[in-house]
Amino acid sequence: MANASIIEVKNLTKTFNKFTAVDDISFDVKKGEIFGLLGPNGAGKSTILRMLSTLARPTKGTATIGGYDIVKADTEVRTLIGIVSEKMIMYNRLTAKENLWFFGSLFNIPKDVLTKRVDELLELVQLTQWKNAQVGTFSTGMRQRMNVVRALLNMPQVLFLDEPTLGLDPQSSVEIREFIRKLNRENGATVVITTHMMVDADLLCDRIAIIDHGKIVALDTSANLKKMISGADTTIIKLDIPNLSSVLVEKLRALKCADAVTQENSTSLKILVHGDEAFDSVIDAIRVNGGKISSMENLQPSLEDVFLHITGHQVRDSADQKIPMAHRHFGEAPRRVR
Amino acid sequence: MRHMGAKTLLSHSFRIAWKDLTELFRNRLGLVLLIVMPLFMMVMVGFIYPSNGTVNNLQVGLVNDDSGFNNLNASQSFIMGLQAINNQTHMLILSNVSSVADIRDMVQRGDLEGGIVIPSNFSASMMAGQQGTLIIVSDESNPQISATIQGVLKTVFDGMGTAIAQQKVAPLNATNTLAVVKPFNVQTQGIVSGTPSYFDFIAPGIMAMTVMMSVMTGLPVAISQEKEVGTMDGMMVAPINRLSIILGKTLGQTARGLIQGIIILILAVGLFGVAIQGSILLVFALLLLGVFSFVGLGIVITSFTKDQETAQMLMMTLMFPMMFLSGVFFPIQQMPWYMQDISKILPLTYASDALRKVMVLGAGIPQISTDLIVLVVFGVVMIAIAVPVFRRMMTR
Ligand SMILES: Nc1ncnc2c1ncn2[C@@H]1O[C@H](COP(=O)(O)OP(=O)(O)OP(=O)(O)O)[C@@H](O)[C@H]1O
Ligand SMILES: [Mg+2]
Repeated sequence: MANASIIEVKNLTKTFNKFTAVDDISFDVKKGEIFGLLGPNGAGKSTILRMLSTLARPTKGTATIGGYDIVKADTEVRTLIGIVSEKMIMYNRLTAKENLWFFGSLFNIPKDVLTKRVDELLELVQLTQWKNAQVGTFSTGMRQRMNVVRALLNMPQVLFLDEPTLGLDPQSSVEIREFIRKLNRENGATVVITTHMMVDADLLCDRIAIIDHGKIVALDTSANLKKMISGADTTIIKLDIPNLSSVLVEKLRALKCADAVTQENSTSLKILVHGDEAFDSVIDAIRVNGGKISSMENLQPSLEDVFLHITGHQVRDSADQKIPMAHRHFGEAPRRVR
Repeated sequence: MRHMGAKTLLSHSFRIAWKDLTELFRNRLGLVLLIVMPLFMMVMVGFIYPSNGTVNNLQVGLVNDDSGFNNLNASQSFIMGLQAINNQTHMLILSNVSSVADIRDMVQRGDLEGGIVIPSNFSASMMAGQQGTLIIVSDESNPQISATIQGVLKTVFDGMGTAIAQQKVAPLNATNTLAVVKPFNVQTQGIVSGTPSYFDFIAPGIMAMTVMMSVMTGLPVAISQEKEVGTMDGMMVAPINRLSIILGKTLGQTARGLIQGIIILILAVGLFGVAIQGSILLVFALLLLGVFSFVGLGIVITSFTKDQETAQMLMMTLMFPMMFLSGVFFPIQQMPWYMQDISKILPLTYASDALRKVMVLGAGIPQISTDLIVLVVFGVVMIAIAVPVFRRMMTR
């Protein structure tokens, strides 16, 4: 039973009116695993989590958690799971303790057990001294810690986390990451986490599913995903060009060997290239267009590059989509509208 | 097992209601509004609406042009009679003015609100066996006052006319001259002692309305707010019966409504002198029944409102017609027949009618049984519709 799946997802689909937010996805999550859903804004990550945590009903397909069907046995599923959603689930006018008490009392936990657990959880996230303060007065970091701890009241076997480090400073992000890892290691909780932060996914997850347009475009360990780039004939070049112009960037984007081009700042570029003559073509193109190269580096691939690589390939057939795709992740992604 | 289910459902509902009330009591501004709103409503409608005897001390000018007849001055006795009656009622403040033109001028300037003119031939025509004519100069811009002056004068003339007639029939040797002159006499007698004011009329209606509205409108607002903020998800991922969410919210809103109802009652009794003739327990039972009859409707509305804004707008749209069509402020009998038909399908009509009967007329359960039956039936039917609708909404 070591590698038993605790979550099994089959052909899960969710459409809103005519729009398909989650498109026929299937995957398994193993017991005790930290599983990441990585993707840009609007990819459908939250929708997947909401379906798995019984908050939204799938349009098509099924999923089971601990063997229970998320639709037919939703009550059983709910006893097994905890969810940290994008929105903070807490009442500002109640104190930290009252909030935990309220949500805890909805899970048939005996009173004495719950009292003890609330205190333990508050201690765990260092909120004990604030336990009688209304959470409306808390800082974002304190609120997010409350939000995470709320999901642990029923000692869930599976914990769903939707962007748990959103809006946190680096230190708080590290704390939350450590906390999740600790839960996973010490309590054996299976964790499914969505994020659009590559660092989170890279540092935390055993396996990562890259989601784009409601589909899983890649699913593997972080190391294997990176090998997809470095193992193949794909390379990342970092260039510093003091007289970089937008014309030049466009010319580079048009190169056949360039899968994706991202501009880091006014003078530096990252180019994902493939093929034996990639270096030569890039250097030639820069020279021909009057660019000066001040430095050139061959980078270790990061998850970001993997993401670019995969989604870049995906849209390669139609060249005009390449630019928005490359921008989509690193630039300001268009925020979804309701 | 089913019994256990019902018990946990109730316990979860109480938790949710408790949570809602805790939030309510921590919201200072909300609490203040909770008290101020009914107070405003009472003060506004109560003081604006004219009730009997509220018109006092009208400034009226008196012009006496009567030239008399053979040393006889009928106008003198008229003025004495007028003053005698006014000393009891204090409806008018009389002042002597020299001419009709002056009255007109003073009315236009706002110094007077009307005038009484005794023409020069007043005594003469009365002595000649003709009617004595008086002229009332009225302010047409204020029909209310004009009507009041006319009413006062009518009382004076009536009394004086009767006295004169009695003198004239005295020679007939009747035992009761009044019976000869005025064979008919009308007396009004209420069901309970004392004269009910307009507050007695509106207080029960406002109470019924506030309490029922709190469920019908408070429920959609409370639930859509939790959906919007996201806290609803916290309840939805707990392994609880969906019904306990709606039940808990209903309990919370009902408590809020009852608190408001009690505030209105205290204000009505303490500040506006409303007397409760019937049983106070029956009053509360009726308020609860009113809530019950509205719960289903509230849940249906909740199921169809996605966000707080819609909920609030729906609340206003429903509240206004309800307020005016349910006989809360104006008796239904004053409305045209088609409006009366509409008001007959609104449960608030029955709740406020029953409450008024109990509070003003001291009615008991047998006297309001029709109202009770209608409210129960309405409530049961609406809940039967609402529960499946709500279940479907929750599993979207
Ligand atoms: N209730 C809804 N009604 C209509 N469309 C929706 C609804 N919820 C989500 N969508 C749409 O589904 C798509 C996926 O949304 P989702 O929230 O799952 O994305 P996401 O990957 O979590 O994005 P983000 O990183 O911004 O949180 C979006 O295009 C969004 O507009
Ligand atoms: Mg999301």
